[in-house]
Amino acid sequence: MPDSENPIVEMKGIDKSFPGVHALQNVDFSVAKGEIHALVGENGAGKSTLIKILTGADRADKGIISLDGHVVSIRSPLHAQEQGISTVYQEVNLCPNLTVAENLLIGRQPSRLGISIDWKKLNTRAREYLKELGVDIDVTKPLGSYSVAVQQMAAIARALVVSSAKVLILDEPTSSLTANETAHLFSVMKKLRADGIAVVFITHFLDQVYEVSDRVTVLRNGSLVGTYATASVSRLELIRLMLGRTIADLDDMTAHKMESSQHISKDALLEATDLGLSNSIDPFSLTLHAGEVVGLAGLLGSGRTELANLLFGVDKPDTGTLVMDGKQVTDFTPAGSSNRGIALCPEDRKAEGIIADLTVRENIILAMQAHLGWFRRIGTKEQYEIADKYIRLLSISTPTADQQIKNLSGGNQQKVILARWLAANPRLLILDEPTRGIDVGTKADIQKLVLSLAEEGKSCVFISSELDEVLRTSHRIVVMRDQAKVAEFSGQVDEKEIVQAIAGSAS
Amino acid sequence: MSSSFSRRLGKLTDSMLFLPTMALLLILIADFFLIHDFFAISLKSGHLYGNVIDILVHGSPTMILAIGMTLVIATGGVDLSVGAIMAIASSVAAVMINPTIVGMNLTDPKIFINNPQLTWAPLWAVIVVPIVIATLCGVWNGFLVSYGRIQPMVATLVLMIAGRGIAQLITNNIQVVIFNDTYAFIGNGFFILPFSLYVAVGLFGCAWLLTRRTSIGLLVESVGINAKSSFYAGINEKRIKLFAYAFCGFCAGIAGLVVTSNIRTSDANNIGMYTELDAILAVVIGGTLLGTGGRFSLMGSAIGALVLQTTITSMLSFGVPASAVIAVKAVVVIAVVLLYAEQVKTFVRKLGTFSMPKETAQ
Repeated sequence: MPDSENPIVEMKGIDKSFPGVHALQNVDFSVAKGEIHALVGENGAGKSTLIKILTGADRADKGIISLDGHVVSIRSPLHAQEQGISTVYQEVNLCPNLTVAENLLIGRQPSRLGISIDWKKLNTRAREYLKELGVDIDVTKPLGSYSVAVQQMAAIARALVVSSAKVLILDEPTSSLTANETAHLFSVMKKLRADGIAVVFITHFLDQVYEVSDRVTVLRNGSLVGTYATASVSRLELIRLMLGRTIADLDDMTAHKMESSQHISKDALLEATDLGLSNSIDPFSLTLHAGEVVGLAGLLGSGRTELANLLFGVDKPDTGTLVMDGKQVTDFTPAGSSNRGIALCPEDRKAEGIIADLTVRENIILAMQAHLGWFRRIGTKEQYEIADKYIRLLSISTPTADQQIKNLSGGNQQKVILARWLAANPRLLILDEPTRGIDVGTKADIQKLVLSLAEEGKSCVFISSELDEVLRTSHRIVVMRDQAKVAEFSGQVDEKEIVQAIAGSAS
Repeated sequence: MSSSFSRRLGKLTDSMLFLPTMALLLILIADFFLIHDFFAISLKSGHLYGNVIDILVHGSPTMILAIGMTLVIATGGVDLSVGAIMAIASSVAAVMINPTIVGMNLTDPKIFINNPQLTWAPLWAVIVVPIVIATLCGVWNGFLVSYGRIQPMVATLVLMIAGRGIAQLITNNIQVVIFNDTYAFIGNGFFILPFSLYVAVGLFGCAWLLTRRTSIGLLVESVGINAKSSFYAGINEKRIKLFAYAFCGFCAGIAGLVVTSNIRTSDANNIGMYTELDAILAVVIGGTLLGTGGRFSLMGSAIGALVLQTTITSMLSFGVPASAVIAVKAVVVIAVVLLYAEQVKTFVRKLGTFSMPKETAQ
């Protein structure tokens, strides 16, 4: 049984801010010897920031970390490893073109007379270490020639051998594993637990939390929700803890929403019939109307983004049809969608949204300019007018329109991306996690904006991990689970039913 | 007062043109003191002569190449094949002037020898066709990079190696001497200033209008900075890349004609040899980032080409043997890499803040 009275790692009152975001607020987290501790929470909840602080990749603004009862300051990932805290990331960060044995023992290679490497010894040792984890393979082959699961085992073995880890952090280890591989990983995790190692397990698969963990810590919006014995919380309760609830938030927005629902047009703007893409999302049917906000609820990885990408033409469907304005869509590209009047504010703002080195003005006019083409350039004066208009409208805080967008806070970058698409004057606006990682005030601004856009006759698809946000802004709610559309709710919706649909079972 | 001055100074030093201009000025100042009469210009029968004019004449092919290369590098790529494309263009031009070398039977093959008027194809075609073919070479590169998703360095390496062979095939591996005077005017003629300089300046003006008076410049920068975000914003990023490589091929074609015309010979083996490296270097000196792309400055690249040529001309007039000049170029490369390195920039900025503590306080 885990000894939670005597934690091996204890983080107390951890606080961390990035420009524009309060990523962690006074979070406590502790792991005991010989336990598997799951860390859960939606995107932007602060999981990765917390782990980065624990592994020395980031420094906390406030708070203390103690290891074995001694207060430590962790300066770098290497320093963390030296103290016995090792991390195995989702993307294995070993060298795929070196052999398995080399990867395992690099830096610890047995030598002959302290000069040359004793290859024989190196290979036998590496083989033994892997055997202990139940993997029997030829260690002289390049690591890259093995499956992700084996590579992960190698990474775990390296963490155990080279840095003699006392705490092992597994960051989304199962996301690219098959069911058998996952089962094997769990048996290894249980073996490590029996050996007295503290295992921190980060995942967004709740089944796995229940299958393997002893305790679970839930984070939401940078705050600690609580740490529970896994057996003592029901699945439904856990989802509710992760997503947050509609408490007394039945504010004027609900009235506003009811009011605006009268403006929903009866004719379909966009109609997807059995639209799907193998290995991405199961065929789904969905009809969108002008003046309506459709919320997409579901956990991370449930197929929300994949659905948005199909509608916007980032991916090409391999089954089904998409009809807009009565015409069948054949040109599945963002450029084509933009011409049809569809806009998408993507989930990954940094990689898919902003053009970091361009100015706020250039970022705002970009979609409009792309639509106009190469030879109808928007005049400089007009560019400033458009930029200034949206800076005022969305109260984007930037010194001037000529500021590079990379210098803005996350929330303001998000507003610029929003401005980019509003300037293009779309009829359908898809917002994928528009409020992730941004402050509360800006969140409310964006939610209100979505409703007022619907009132102007635009159709909106609103994707969010926060259930109360979806409930507050959407006229209709579509629930996604396991890469498929599983339910659709309209009118007066019961939060409980939605949570159940998200969870997939009534347990 | 002083703070507004320092802010303006800061703006000046942050400008992309600051470093290349300073470099050019430094070299010219050194020349002024070290080399006697470096800036002397004389007027002989309506032509200007002098070191400065030499720099402009010899610098123009690099300048022309650098203009095209700027767009390619701005998209985050590089084009190694411009030298080979120059050779292809000049071979095509030579064959169109004198097809007898490829075995075409003309009534009197001798008529081309020493005849300054005659060409086989009309002169406009001798100029237009090679440029079109060079542009097609660029389209090929762009196609490999954007639709074939091949690394730019590898994709353009194909034509860098194959192109010279193609150029030799076109002329049967013969060095073709060009007698046509009108054609030779491109690289040798004068309207007070050398004609090739007008070509370079004209091309520069066209390129500037094409990128800055349309949206192409912005879209190229956007694709270079973040191709994925650009795709999500509805930009056809493949077409933008294709355009950049095609334009680079177009420029290489013009540079090929200028050089052949200047030396009155089409030499597939040597024309444009290593010029891709000069062009890349000129662009890098001009402040456009190699490898990452993004913001570009055509003016910076033009100045970069002048910095290179001024260094070479200065060395030659200083008496450095021609074979050693390449070594000097290497020194320029090192200096440029150091100047643009992020560490050095941060270091200089730190020095600046230490010496101006009052300015940073506010």
